[in-house]
Amino acid sequence: MTLTPEQLTEGLLAVLPEVLLLVLGFLVITVDLFMGRRTSRRALAYLSLIGLLITLAVVVAQTVPLFTPGAPTVQPVLGGMVRIDLAVQLFRLMFLTAAVLTVIISLDFKPIKHNGEYFGLILFSTLGMGMMAASSNIIMLYVGLETTSIALYMLVGFLRDTRPSSEAGMKYFLFGAFTSTILLYGLSLLFGFTGQTSFSGIAAELTKLVANQETLPIMVALVLVVVGFGFKVAAVPFHMWTPDVYEGAPTPITAFISVASKAAGFAVLVRFFLQVFGPVQDQWIGLVAALATATMIVGNVLAIPQRNFKRMLAYSSIAQAGYVLIGVAAVSELGTSAVMYYLAAYVLTNIAAFAVAEIITNATGSELIKDIAGFSRRSPAVALALLAAMLSLSGVPPLAGFFGKFFIFNAAVGYTDAAGQHTLVWLAVVGVLNSIVALYYYLIILKVAYVDRAEGDEQPLKVHASFKAALALTVAGMLIMGIFASPWYTLTTAAAQAIR
Amino acid sequence: MDFFNANLLTFMTFAPIVGGTLILLMPKDKATAIKTIAAVAACVSMVLSIVAFFSYNQAAAATDPAMQYQFVQKTPWVESLGISYHVGADGISLVMMLLTGIVGFMGVLISWGIKERPREFFAFFMFLVAGVFGVFMSLDLFLLLFFYELSIFPMYFLIANWGSTRKEYAAMKLTLYLLVGSIVALVGILAVYFSADPAAMGLPAGQRTFDMLLLQKGNIPLDVQRLWFLPIFIGFGVLAGIWPFHNWSPDGHVAAPTAVSMIHAGVLMKLGAFAALIAVRLLPDAAKEQLPFVIFLVTVNVVYGAAIAMVQKDFKYVIGFSSVSHMGLVTMGFATMNQTGLNGAVLQMWSHGIMTACFFSVVGLIYDRAHTRQIPELGGWAKYFPLATLAFVVGGLVSMGMPGFSGFVAELQIFMGLWAGPYFGQIWYYPIIAILAIWGVVLTAAYVLRVVQQVFFGEWDPHKWHDLRPSTWGDKLALGTFTVLMILVGVFPGWMMNMIQLGTAPVMKLLGG
Repeated sequence: MTLTPEQLTEGLLAVLPEVLLLVLGFLVITVDLFMGRRTSRRALAYLSLIGLLITLAVVVAQTVPLFTPGAPTVQPVLGGMVRIDLAVQLFRLMFLTAAVLTVIISLDFKPIKHNGEYFGLILFSTLGMGMMAASSNIIMLYVGLETTSIALYMLVGFLRDTRPSSEAGMKYFLFGAFTSTILLYGLSLLFGFTGQTSFSGIAAELTKLVANQETLPIMVALVLVVVGFGFKVAAVPFHMWTPDVYEGAPTPITAFISVASKAAGFAVLVRFFLQVFGPVQDQWIGLVAALATATMIVGNVLAIPQRNFKRMLAYSSIAQAGYVLIGVAAVSELGTSAVMYYLAAYVLTNIAAFAVAEIITNATGSELIKDIAGFSRRSPAVALALLAAMLSLSGVPPLAGFFGKFFIFNAAVGYTDAAGQHTLVWLAVVGVLNSIVALYYYLIILKVAYVDRAEGDEQPLKVHASFKAALALTVAGMLIMGIFASPWYTLTTAAAQAIR
Repeated sequence: MDFFNANLLTFMTFAPIVGGTLILLMPKDKATAIKTIAAVAACVSMVLSIVAFFSYNQAAAATDPAMQYQFVQKTPWVESLGISYHVGADGISLVMMLLTGIVGFMGVLISWGIKERPREFFAFFMFLVAGVFGVFMSLDLFLLLFFYELSIFPMYFLIANWGSTRKEYAAMKLTLYLLVGSIVALVGILAVYFSADPAAMGLPAGQRTFDMLLLQKGNIPLDVQRLWFLPIFIGFGVLAGIWPFHNWSPDGHVAAPTAVSMIHAGVLMKLGAFAALIAVRLLPDAAKEQLPFVIFLVTVNVVYGAAIAMVQKDFKYVIGFSSVSHMGLVTMGFATMNQTGLNGAVLQMWSHGIMTACFFSVVGLIYDRAHTRQIPELGGWAKYFPLATLAFVVGGLVSMGMPGFSGFVAELQIFMGLWAGPYFGQIWYYPIIAILAIWGVVLTAAYVLRVVQQVFFGEWDPHKWHDLRPSTWGDKLALGTFTVLMILVGVFPGWMMNMIQLGTAPVMKLLGG
C-alpha cells in the first residue's frame, strides 16, 4: 500500500490528535529524564495538562468542519486504516476529557513517584484509545487496543511498593493478555473466512456468507471477539478482574480505567458490531441483550454488600456497562446515540465519584464506606459533589445520568425487529428494575455521608484546589448535560448516523 | 401582563429552585437569613398560585376547548425526540397548585424552629416543593417525569436526616417504592409514545412527541392500552398509596419531620393521584375496562386503612393510615368514571391535602413538646393548645365527612358517583362498594373521636412535660389558615367546584362520556 504525499498529509492531519499525544508523551518523559530532579511533580502535570488541552482544541477544530452541509460524513484515510467521522471525534473528546480530569485529580495524589512515566503512560493510553476509536481495520484496531492496554497495565501496578497495586497490575495484565489473545484469534478467524482486514471489506464478505447460509463460523468468530471487548468494557462474565483492579490501582487511574478505557471498549464494540457484524445482526442482538441482563444483575447485586467504596464503585461500573449494552442491543440510531450520550455522562459522573473517593481516602486514610460518615459536615461542598455523582449514576434529574438512562430505555422500548414488533421492551423493564436496585446502594453512600456521624466531624476539611477544580468541572458538566440535553443529544445523534 | 401570564407557572416553579440554590450558597450559621429566603421563595410561589387560580379565565375555559389550559408556555427541549418544556394549567392542576403553594409556605413556617442543619433542610425542602409544582404544571410527559423524580429524592434526605422513628428504614422504603412505581410508569409512557400515530396527532411521519395534549389524540392501539394502563396507573398510584403498595406511606409519614409529613401526605400523595389520572386521559379505552377492577384495591384502602388507624397507639401512625384510607377515596372517585365522582375525587384531593397538613402540624406541635406520640400517655392538650385543638377537631370533622366541612362535599360526591356508576352503565357491584366505603367513614369517625378524646381532652398534667413552650406565630398562622380553608370550602364549595368542574369535564370527554 503506497500513499501519495497528499494522502499522507491528509492522513497525518486526520490523526493529528494522536500525533500530538505521542509527541507530548515523549516530551514529558524526556523532560523528566533530563530535568527530573529540578522540576516539581506539578510542572510535569501542568505540561501534560496544557498539551492535552491543546489536543482537545485540535479535536474540536477538526470536528467543526464535519458539520458543514455537504461535507462527507466519513473520511477514510491512511489507506483505509483509519476513518474520521463524528463518532470518532466524539469518542476522542471523551477520552481527552477523561485524561484531562485524571491529570487534574492526580496533581495531589501523593503516593506517585516517577511522575514523568506516570503522566507519559496516561498520554500513551489516551493515544491508544484514539486509535481504537478511529480504526477501520482489524490490524489497526488490535494495535490500538494493545497500546491502550499495555500502558494501563503499567499504570495499575504503578505503586509497585504496595502490594494491592502490584497485585492488581499483575491481575489486570494476565486477564488482559488472555482475553486479548482470544480476541486476536477471533479476528484471525474473520480474516480467514473473508480474506479481508478492513471493516467494510469483511462486512461485504460476511454478507455473501450469510446469503449462503454459512453463519455458524461467523458466530464462532463473533463470540471470540465479544470476549475481547467484553473484557474492556467489564461485561459479565468477563468482569472478574474489575473489583480487584479498581481497588488496587492508584485512585486516579481507577477513575481513568473506569471511564476512558470503558468508553474506548464501547467505541470499538459499537462500531464493530454495527459495521462488521451488521449482516448477522439478528443473531447477535439476543446475545448482547443476554450480556446486558447478566451484567446489570451481577453488577448491581454484588455492589450491595461491598464495604470498600472503590470496590462498590467497581461493581457499579460493571452495572453501568450493562445499561450501555442495552443501547447496543437496541440497534438503531436511537440506540447508538443513547450509548454515546450515556458514556459521555458516565465519564463526568464516575470521575467525580472517584475524585471524592480520593478526597475521602486522603482525609481518613481509609477506603471503607463507613468512613465517609460525617462528610457532609466536614465539607458540604464535597458532599454535594458526591450527591450529584451518586444521583447521576442512579439516573435522577436534573443530572446527566437521568437523560442517559432515559435515552437508553427509550431506545430499548423503541427498538423494532424485522417484523415491526417491539421485542426489547423486556430489556427496558429489566433495566429499570435494576436501576432501582442500584439506587439502594447509591443512597446508602449518601446516607452515610449525610446522616451518619463520625468523631471530629465538626472539623472543616481542607480540600486541595485541584480536587475542587475537578469536582466543579464535573458537576457543572453533569448539570449541563442533565438540563440542556438537546445540543449534546443532537451531536450524539449525528454521530450515530455517521457510524452506520 | 402577557409576559407575566406566559411565565407565571415557570416563576411559580422556579422561585423555590432559586431559593434553594441561594440557600445552598449561604454560610451555614446564618440560620435566620436562610429561613427568610425559604419563606420568601415559598411565599412568592404561594402568591403566584393564588394569582393563577383567580386569573384563570373560567368563562373562556367553559366554552372554548382550546382555553382549557391557560398560562401555556412551550419551548422545544430535545426536539428530535419531541420533548418540550410545555407547561399549562387547567382546573385540576390549579387547585393542586394552590394546595402546594399554601402547604409549602405553611411548611416553612412550621419548620421555623428547626435547629439541626437548617441550610440543608430548607434547601432540600425547596427542591421538593419545586418538583411538586413542576409536576402539576407539566403538559409534556417527559417534563412530568423529570419533576416527578426530582420531587421524590429530597424526601430521602429529609426523612433520613431530620426524621424520627426508624427514619433510615422508612426513608429508604419510601424512596424505593416510589421510584419503582415511577420508573415502571416511565416504561409504560415510552410504550405509549412509540405506539401513538403521528398522522392522527398532526405530526410528520416518523416524528414522535411526549406532548400530553397531542398524545391524547394519538389513537393508541387497544392492545397497547390494555397492556400498559395498569403499569402507568398503579405505577403512579403507588405515590397515592394504592393498596397493596401503600406500605411506604405510614412509615414514611411517621418518620418524616413535621413539615415534610405535611408536604408529603398533603401534596405529594396528590401527585400520585394527579399523575394516575394522566393514565386515564391517555388510555381511556383501557381505563374503562380496567378501572372497575382497580376499585377493589382501593376499597381495601378505604376500609383497611381506617381499620388499622383505629388500633394504632402512635398518634402519627393514626394520621398516616388515615391518609391511606382517604387517598383510597380519591382513586375510588376516579374509578366511578362519571362527572360527579371525578369532581368529588379532585375535591377530596384538596380537602385531604389541607386536612392532613393540619393534622401533621398539630402532631408535630405536640411531639416537639411531649417527646412522645403514644396516645395513652398524652392527654388534656386542649388546655395548653386551644387553637391547635380547634384545628384538629375541625380537621377531624372534615375527615369524618361532616356536613359544613370540605370533606363532606367531596365524599358525598364520590358516593353519589358510585351509586350512579360509570357513565356508560352501572356496574352491579359499585353500590356494594359504596356501602363498604361508607363503613370506612364510620371507622374514621371512631378513630378521630378516639384521638380527640384521649389526646386533647382528659386529664391535663403540666408537670408531666418538661419542654413546654408556646406555639410560634408561624404555627398559629398555619393552623388558622388550614381551619379557615376547611370551613370555607365546606360552606361555600362553589368557587372551588366551578374550577374543578372545568378540569374534570375534559377528562370525561376523553373517556367518551
